[in-house]
Amino acid sequence: MIHFVLLFSRQGKVRLTKWYSPYSQKERTKAIRELSGGILPRGPKLCNFVDWRGLKVVYKRYASLYFCMCIDSEDNELECLEIIHHYVQILDRYFGNVCELDLIFNFHKAYFILDEVLIAGELQESSKKSVARVIAAQDSMVDAAKEQMASLSNIIAQATR
Amino acid sequence: MALSGMRGLSVFISDVRNCQNKEQERLRVDKELANIRTKFKHEKGLTPYEKKKYVWKMLYIYMLGYDVDFGHMETVALISAPKYAEKQVGNVGGKEFSESLAPDVQKLLISSSCRPLVRKKAALCLLRLYRKNADVVNVEGWSDRMAQLLDERDIGVLTAVMSLLVSLVANNPDGYWNCVSKCVKIIERLTRSQDIPQEYTYYGIPSPWLQVKTMRVLQYFPSIEDPNIRKSLFEVLQRILMGTDVVKNVNKNNASHAVLFEALSLENMTRMLLVADVQESIKRHQAQIITSLKDPDISIRRRSLDLLYGMCDVTNAKDIVEELLQYLTTADFAIREELALKAAILAEKFAPDLSWYVDVILQLIEKAGDFVSDDIWYRVVQFVTNNEDLQAYAAATARDYLDKPAVHETMVKVAGYLLGEYSHLLARRPGCSPREIFPIIHDKFPNVATSTKALLLSAYIKILMHSQPGDPELQKQVLSVFKKYETYLDAEVQQRAIEYFVLSQKGPSMVDIMAEMPKFPERQSALLKKAEDTDGDAAELSATKLRLQQQTSNAVVVVNQHSANGTSHPAPLSSVSSGTRNIDRGFLEQSQVGPQHNDVPVKAAGMVQSLTADLLGDLLAPLAIEAAPASVAATPTTAILPLEEPPVGPADPLALAVLDGNSSSVQPVGSTSDWFNALCKKDSGVLYEDPFIQIGIKGEWRGPQGRVVIFLGNKHTVALTSVRAIVLPPSHLRMQLPPVPELIPPRAQVQCPLDVLSLHASREVPVLDFSYNNSAVTVGSKLRLPVVMSKFLQPAPISSADFVAIWRSLAGPPNKLQEVVRGVNPMLISEMTELFNMFHICVSPGLDPNPNNIVAATTFFSESGATLCLVRVETDPADRTQLRLTVASTDASTTFELKEYIKEQLVDISSITANPATLGFTGPAAALAGLL
Repeated sequence: MIHFVLLFSRQGKVRLTKWYSPYSQKERTKAIRELSGGILPRGPKLCNFVDWRGLKVVYKRYASLYFCMCIDSEDNELECLEIIHHYVQILDRYFGNVCELDLIFNFHKAYFILDEVLIAGELQESSKKSVARVIAAQDSMVDAAKEQMASLSNIIAQATR
Repeated sequence: MALSGMRGLSVFISDVRNCQNKEQERLRVDKELANIRTKFKHEKGLTPYEKKKYVWKMLYIYMLGYDVDFGHMETVALISAPKYAEKQVGNVGGKEFSESLAPDVQKLLISSSCRPLVRKKAALCLLRLYRKNADVVNVEGWSDRMAQLLDERDIGVLTAVMSLLVSLVANNPDGYWNCVSKCVKIIERLTRSQDIPQEYTYYGIPSPWLQVKTMRVLQYFPSIEDPNIRKSLFEVLQRILMGTDVVKNVNKNNASHAVLFEALSLENMTRMLLVADVQESIKRHQAQIITSLKDPDISIRRRSLDLLYGMCDVTNAKDIVEELLQYLTTADFAIREELALKAAILAEKFAPDLSWYVDVILQLIEKAGDFVSDDIWYRVVQFVTNNEDLQAYAAATARDYLDKPAVHETMVKVAGYLLGEYSHLLARRPGCSPREIFPIIHDKFPNVATSTKALLLSAYIKILMHSQPGDPELQKQVLSVFKKYETYLDAEVQQRAIEYFVLSQKGPSMVDIMAEMPKFPERQSALLKKAEDTDGDAAELSATKLRLQQQTSNAVVVVNQHSANGTSHPAPLSSVSSGTRNIDRGFLEQSQVGPQHNDVPVKAAGMVQSLTADLLGDLLAPLAIEAAPASVAATPTTAILPLEEPPVGPADPLALAVLDGNSSSVQPVGSTSDWFNALCKKDSGVLYEDPFIQIGIKGEWRGPQGRVVIFLGNKHTVALTSVRAIVLPPSHLRMQLPPVPELIPPRAQVQCPLDVLSLHASREVPVLDFSYNNSAVTVGSKLRLPVVMSKFLQPAPISSADFVAIWRSLAGPPNKLQEVVRGVNPMLISEMTELFNMFHICVSPGLDPNPNNIVAATTFFSESGATLCLVRVETDPADRTQLRLTVASTDASTTFELKEYIKEQLVDISSITANPATLGFTGPAAALAGLL
């Protein structure tokens, strides 16, 4: 299973974390520090898999962002590497040529999408379309609620005028 | 798609991002938190929008690494909010999921009326719950329901269900047999691309993730009984193995290889059951795997090495091993040793014929001698010895290798050993007469290490003895070599040279002694044992090796006793009576010990002896003689050996007893206090010894300074780990022990220099606290270090006049102290004089007119300078258990300490410590009682 997902920038800024196994806040900061310190200096030609405390960390760099997933040592790391790519493809499709700023200002969207891709540290959905559908549905629900709110407040505003 | 409308959040995020440094960021965050806190507290009627906004902000702050200790209630409240927009926020932020959900979740998962979206979430939710508490699926007929779920058509749901199944099966494989056929169907459906929606293909591969997961499940069921299912599974595997090629697109490549590797491991498991044509399909990849041995990434090289090792069998062993050999020359250093080991193992395991095996190993040594561990060539020797057909061939091959210009030392060892044993089998061949072989070997002699030299000497005598009829020319050459090394620096080489020289003089009657080695008892190859371990994890090679060494040597120690003491070896010395036969074996094998000590039966006695000799041979020469094996000295042949020391009997049997018993409590082989006392009187010797370690001491003293070298010698064939030695100095000494290496390799010695500076006089002694682990138990002990006061004394010869003058000038206490000492160990004046001299207290005979008195002088050195000390002992010839002791010096504390020190030496300490219960009464008080 995937124990956690980490996104950090080339400067070591954390952009997204998702923990599927229980880690205390202290352990989390420690893990982030160790991994960003261990992965960032690695050259582009080096292996995408790093052993870390009896687990394996699969990482991949997309532009200035590093996507890391920590899996059990006996798990299939290539499979995990493609989960990362799968997630990135979905993000790309959603944001349209995704960049780091998208993930900074819309970090909640990144979380929503991740939640549709992974649950309990396992791949939930391998179809990009299916994920896109669900997210679009969510967005429309939010929009609908917002409109409703707006019209409601309009009505109230008019009524109280 | 931005957060339309949530301006507050965007502004906040921008603010945080614009912060110049951590401090500013922190201020901004604190401000925001305070704001949120008051908002939550005061304004009851927060609009849902505001609630949402603040929860988002908190979440963002939390993500930045700040502690957010409030707001959980608001989040939970959002979860239960009626509108989706709020609920969504709550779901992300909320942490707590009720565990009592399980039955509901199960219902959701099973019910076919639910949307796939809900069902796959339910499956993974159940998995999450299952990980927490395995009882959630403890439902009657759950495995049947799982099987039903596998009929699902929706790939998304199937993926989630399969994740659940992997976990379930991992914990309870037997419970889910009914799912196997379904899994095979799924994988079949996937590989044939039947009924796979376009959206579920990933770079053209039908959901690689589902394939991987399904095969994971199947790996828990290696034996499939139903022949139809089995057949279809093999078809699938074959399709995967054949269909996977390296393509340009990285992602496609990764995905397809993820599937391939999973298939390979599944295939590996099923292979045990059915050696079918699948074997052929895996071999299709052999070439590619061999190519990846040259991949720039080391982990890939390692993996492919593992894979090659795993897929090797009788049919392809020859190819693979030869490939490995070829690769060996170019492989990088990190991988070479493993490579050599694996090649050796494969060669042994799958050797189509024995001569090929010998060829391979010799090639291996030639190409990567540095990386061929001793185990490998021991095994060859064992192999050749046990296979008569092989002996001549092996000897001839070894000879050919020696002809090459640059020969690795290991090769010299093997060749030397093989030629020594079997060159006579070649005598008829051209260029292989003993007279021709000897110079070939001897050519290498000057450039090899002493251990190899010793081995070669054994080879020479064997060649000489086997040359029938005798060749005077050869004899002359060989004897001149022995003669030359009779004075060699290394004790082992020297001893062999001398012994062989004398033995060779004995003429043909010696032939039996130098007969070929007997066959070894069959046992599992140490290398294969190694393999079992290396299989597990290639990366942890060093750790594995450590573990292995332990294993092999255990075997040696245990086996020895029976195998070699057993029946018949027809090599008694003709001149020796049968009673001493075993001892002779010990001696002989000791001489042979070079090639054998690790993997070959040697009589245990011989083994211990050789260890002792080896250990001490280089550095503690005096000790080596002292500890020279008793059995050697006891044999009649020792008449010709230059060993003059009397046998030191008890140590060896005791050592053996502990070794053989495999006892967990390791005891020293002698008395530590005896060793300590002996070391007080001399500068080098043994401080401590047990079956595994020997600690020796060598001290040099110059005034207040001293340098003590502590020798830690591993007598065992296993590395001693976690070695720790700490010196606890008393206050009057300044000493510093550099860190001791944590590991002492087998039969190696470690030296730790320890510098000592005396600050002032004291009788306290430093303590060496040491411990080690011998792979079975941790042994530790606290030892007194013989840095006693006498080490800082130097004899001071003094004239009568000076003595009297100084003696008078020091009138009374505290500079001059007198005490009647009782309970003295009775000794003659001459003995006491000797004792004093041993402690560097110079006795001036005749200075005191009374022959029953001793007058002595010594200089005590400390950091502050030298102090002259005068001593006078008045004894009573009628009662030697009491005496009057007077000590005088210019320094009161030195006087006192020296007086006490001398007293301690004179009083029989052993009699006191023998009965600790009556300690209070055996001292002076008891002596007094005796007098009365």
